[in-house]
Amino acid sequence: MTATIPPPAAPAVAATGLVKAFGDLRAVDGVDLHVEQGEVFGVLGPNGAGKTTTLRMLATLLPIDAGQARVFGVDVAREPHRVRQLLGVTGQYASVDEQLTATENLRLFGRLLGLRPADARATARRLLGQFGLEEAADRPLSQFSGGMRRRLDLAASLITRPPLIFLDEPTTGLDPRTRGQMWDTIRGLVADGATVLLTTQYLDEADQLADRIAVIDRGVKVAEGTPDELKTAVGDSTLQLELADDADRAVAFEVARRAAGAEPALTPESGRMTVPLDVPARAADVLVGLRDAGVDVASVSVAKPTLDEVFLALTGHDADDGRRAPSPALEVAR
Amino acid sequence: MSTSAPTAPIDPAAAVAATRPHPTLRETVEQTLTMAGRALRKMRRNPEQFFDVTIQPLLFTAMFACVFGGAISGDVADYLPLMVPGIVAQTVLTTCMATGVTLREDMETGVFDRFKALPTARVGPLAGPMVADLVRYLIAATLTFATGIAMGYRPGGGVLGVAAAILLSVFAGWSLAWIFTWIGTLARSARSVQGLSIMILFPLTFLSNAFVPVDTLPGWLRSFVEVNPVSHLVAATRDLANHATVSGEVGWTILAGLAVIAIFAPLAVRTYRRLL
Repeated sequence: MTATIPPPAAPAVAATGLVKAFGDLRAVDGVDLHVEQGEVFGVLGPNGAGKTTTLRMLATLLPIDAGQARVFGVDVAREPHRVRQLLGVTGQYASVDEQLTATENLRLFGRLLGLRPADARATARRLLGQFGLEEAADRPLSQFSGGMRRRLDLAASLITRPPLIFLDEPTTGLDPRTRGQMWDTIRGLVADGATVLLTTQYLDEADQLADRIAVIDRGVKVAEGTPDELKTAVGDSTLQLELADDADRAVAFEVARRAAGAEPALTPESGRMTVPLDVPARAADVLVGLRDAGVDVASVSVAKPTLDEVFLALTGHDADDGRRAPSPALEVAR
Repeated sequence: MSTSAPTAPIDPAAAVAATRPHPTLRETVEQTLTMAGRALRKMRRNPEQFFDVTIQPLLFTAMFACVFGGAISGDVADYLPLMVPGIVAQTVLTTCMATGVTLREDMETGVFDRFKALPTARVGPLAGPMVADLVRYLIAATLTFATGIAMGYRPGGGVLGVAAAILLSVFAGWSLAWIFTWIGTLARSARSVQGLSIMILFPLTFLSNAFVPVDTLPGWLRSFVEVNPVSHLVAATRDLANHATVSGEVGWTILAGLAVIAIFAPLAVRTYRRLL
């Protein structure tokens, strides 16, 4: 009962050396996270990187094996009940009761959160309106689409307007339109004064939403920075080249490196390479250089960097690559 | 919780200051009742959940009376006063088993993640469904007596005696259900809950005085039967329903029930907490 109230400027999340082991597998292996109040912090990584496990530890849903975590200064392991009062958690799979209607779900959670019946009903109505679910309010959830379920799930996390919201892959599996709506909703939350910690597999999602991004791979943070800093490391866009003859690879590598001013990445397929570009127009320089060097190119494309390329640049291996290649130790964090 | 208007900006410092370290007793009770309301709503929507508490009393009472009546008591009518309380105990125990299985099935759905993430008392999701199950025990016990009466059973304890017997069975069922709730939090799947529960259930009901007079049993078995809490429940139910007597057996049954709650309720909450 004598817990001290921390000063108001306590970071929304301050975690150091988080570890979670499942048997021999260290799913999270010493992750530090620091999320300031009012920012959107993105945790980027492929499937199985430890994003969800990290989030679940911070949300008191999994015991922390080692390390320490504080939410607005409150210790997660020591005072889980307090932490739960500060959090809204939306998981990767909608955590709503399939056998109840949308209204019944929100009223149930409202009541469990201590709202009086009339307030729970009013809050449910307000949230259903806010998330465009009025018409489906009394329909059983079995008739809901994936996007509707997600929206309901997010609505359920906002009943008490928590200051910190965890979103675990909020748009995975959603169609582009619903995805855009979800992004707008998330921006609205931040405008309201909430802090958002989200995980995602999509670089563009992190780029669109996050003020800062941590890249996680196999339970370890491999980079952290603003989207701009990360993109500088990877290039704003990438040039994908397929050489007509794999024998030209060494020459092409050297030409591309000089023309683009950055290290190209060789992909596992023979004769292919990815060149990071600070500006897309730099692609022309590379192509002209290749022609002058007499290297025949089979195909060319310029694209935004994918998560795979970020990984290739940051860790030296593919996102879904089983081997751990020696890391070039690219540290973007300040 | 927050009473500010939905448009006011969120103030983290105020939110932190408003947190409390533990749920209060009042919150715990309210949350348990809310969870009970959820369970009742789902029962209403899935009427097949009532099959065990409706069909089984009808079927078992008629079946056991006709099959064993002549052999054990000479005829069916004489067997009923001995048997109906036995069936009541058996039905209530079978209903307990369903408590554990339903809980396990429920825990495997996504909504439990949210229950765990909410700042609520950990006992709520366990105790809530059990409160709702009181309805099922009540139906099971009442229907069994009703079937017996329809078959010619005339309880000597009168209406009050039978009502007291029903209440005692409901209490006993509710307390024993904590064992199955604990198994529900412990087992890996709903199927294994069922398997484990049957292994506990059958010896408890059949190695008791529920269906046969104890003096017909071999000595070694008799000593188990006499300490079996189900025997106390059956004996107490017989005393209440047939003689309107509040015997020592009633006391033993209540004591055994309280002991079971005291042991298994904390165990269940502990395992549930660890599952997080």
